[in-house]
Amino acid sequence: MINKLLLIAELDVQNWTYILVGTTFALYIGIAIWSRAGSTKEFYVAGGGVSPLANGMATAADWMSAASFISMAGIISFAGFDGAVYLMGWTGGYVLLALLLAPYLRKFGKFTVPDFIGDRYYSKTARIVAVMCALLVSFTYVAGQMRGVGIVFSRFLEVDINTGVIIGMLIVLFYAVLGGMKGITYTQVAQYCVLIFAFMVPAIFISIQVTGNPIPQLGFGSELSDGSGTYLLDKLDDLSNQLGFAEYTEGSKSTIDIFAITLALMIGTAGLPHVIVRFFTVKRVKDARKSAGIALLLIVILYSTAPAVAAFARTNMIETVSNQPYAEVPVWFKKWETTGLISFDDKNKDGLISYVANTSKNELTIDRDIMVLANPEIAKLPNWVVALVAAGGLAAALSTAAGLLLVISSSISHDLIKKIIKPSISEKEELVVARLSAVGAVCIAGYFGINPPGFVAAVVALAFGLAAASFFPAIILGIFYKRMNKEGAIAGMLVGIISMLLYMIKYKLGWFDSQLPDKSEWWFGISPEGFGTIAMMLNFIISIIIMKLTKAPPEEVQKIVEDIRIPSGAKEAIQH
Amino acid sequence: MKVTDNAKAYWRENIKYVIILLVIWFIVSYCAGILFKDELNQIKIGGFKLGFWFAQQGSMYVFVILIFIYVRMMNKLDEKYGYDK
Repeated sequence: MINKLLLIAELDVQNWTYILVGTTFALYIGIAIWSRAGSTKEFYVAGGGVSPLANGMATAADWMSAASFISMAGIISFAGFDGAVYLMGWTGGYVLLALLLAPYLRKFGKFTVPDFIGDRYYSKTARIVAVMCALLVSFTYVAGQMRGVGIVFSRFLEVDINTGVIIGMLIVLFYAVLGGMKGITYTQVAQYCVLIFAFMVPAIFISIQVTGNPIPQLGFGSELSDGSGTYLLDKLDDLSNQLGFAEYTEGSKSTIDIFAITLALMIGTAGLPHVIVRFFTVKRVKDARKSAGIALLLIVILYSTAPAVAAFARTNMIETVSNQPYAEVPVWFKKWETTGLISFDDKNKDGLISYVANTSKNELTIDRDIMVLANPEIAKLPNWVVALVAAGGLAAALSTAAGLLLVISSSISHDLIKKIIKPSISEKEELVVARLSAVGAVCIAGYFGINPPGFVAAVVALAFGLAAASFFPAIILGIFYKRMNKEGAIAGMLVGIISMLLYMIKYKLGWFDSQLPDKSEWWFGISPEGFGTIAMMLNFIISIIIMKLTKAPPEEVQKIVEDIRIPSGAKEAIQH
Repeated sequence: MKVTDNAKAYWRENIKYVIILLVIWFIVSYCAGILFKDELNQIKIGGFKLGFWFAQQGSMYVFVILIFIYVRMMNKLDEKYGYDK
């Protein structure tokens, strides 16, 4: 017995990873088989009877992607204060969602976001514009997720990225196609548990090591446990100063850009179709409100830990490597060096690692993802904790990919085929089409995962700008402004999404010029990431001007608006 | 269906709640965490400069609380106007 225990304790990271990843995958597949969908209603909205707690957990897993799990703490640790745009931006949107969107969309009670736009604006054109926006937003987002799956596989299981993407595709295919929204919902519940556990365990260990406080959110503001009586953040500001970086707690972006990016991310969050659609799955309007609160609470557990992890990791990293002889670096440094995530170039040939802000003297290049991926090793945590991070990263990437694929498949089978091209289609046929479009969507996403066009990574962050610029104003005006008509909404969505696309192509991708234009040319000093805020305002302004010039919506549409404002009598998502 | 006075009154109160909560939402994130963070950074609580704390911690906690307050207020409002069925 004792021998066996010792054996388990000595399992290497590789075997632990196989065990943990294999177990979690078996779990997801088991859940998918148990909860497969039998009707379109189950396929699109999980039958409409999901409890607020389950929906909150599913929303949180759906929401937290590979970027939240793997990259966010790393981004913050290099950006310092500026990292707050992601923290506030990706959580504050839930307040808008809970107060302005979720309850009314639930009362409206159909299947998709284009359903709402199409019915509220009594127009096929509006529906088609909404479908196009949903597809554009979801595809840019999902390509990044498949890539994330590939990266986690390749780093932890030592298969190449492409094999990783294909394994990921097969798993998602299995439970999204079989289970639809119902399968996705219950796998996401399991995935939330896996990913939050995987994120918190190393964070707590490291917090204890660095500050002696087991709660990372408090350790973040505590004194270091080395007995010096210095606060962690003061120490980090000092270190940053010495090396020539901006002070950790100050950041370097302009205030207006921080403001614009935060707002674009918040509004984008509230306008993302794969998040909104989750609120169609609960039973009553009051459940929609409550599950938005639960979802945010569960998200904030990770999001409030991430900046603490960022600060611990940055301090640890600087202290371990800065000005140390390269010959004496720890094992993890060598290991991650082979993956290319960290590299050392001894420019002045002194054998010491100089890590400074000045790029001509800096000798150390670090990929931000390493802050979460290598953190457990840097802190010398046990092997099973290292492997846990792999299982968590996969849970985060798969759950988001599945949610997005569902939006894509329902946009095609329900919004395009059932509602526009062939309304006579039977429910059975629609379900087949929904499954086929899910298969098609997985293949396209997988293709982009394997052959990422250079711009995918650059564009993923802009999916939020696109969502903010297109859906958000149309939905808000549709609920809060009875007089808003189809002419205004269609013009607004088109102007919003096109201006966002043009700004992105010009200032992010540089396709209009021979080279990428300099920051100084940005409008009002606002980056492409923050431009969603401007495009969203344009959408609102154009919608209202055009609406004033055209005639009011018909009586029955105004009645729909009056009806969605009252919470009682919400029917279960109706067949139609 | 004519919009009843009951529905109108309910909607007005709902809008009032939403505005109050969104004002708080704006103050903790955009004011405390972004626009006035330098002023707030003069104040220190433990190891945190206050503006930095609001930006990377405090605003998120307030967001969660705001939603649960809204849930409570609306459940009461639904009851008051008979929309809780």
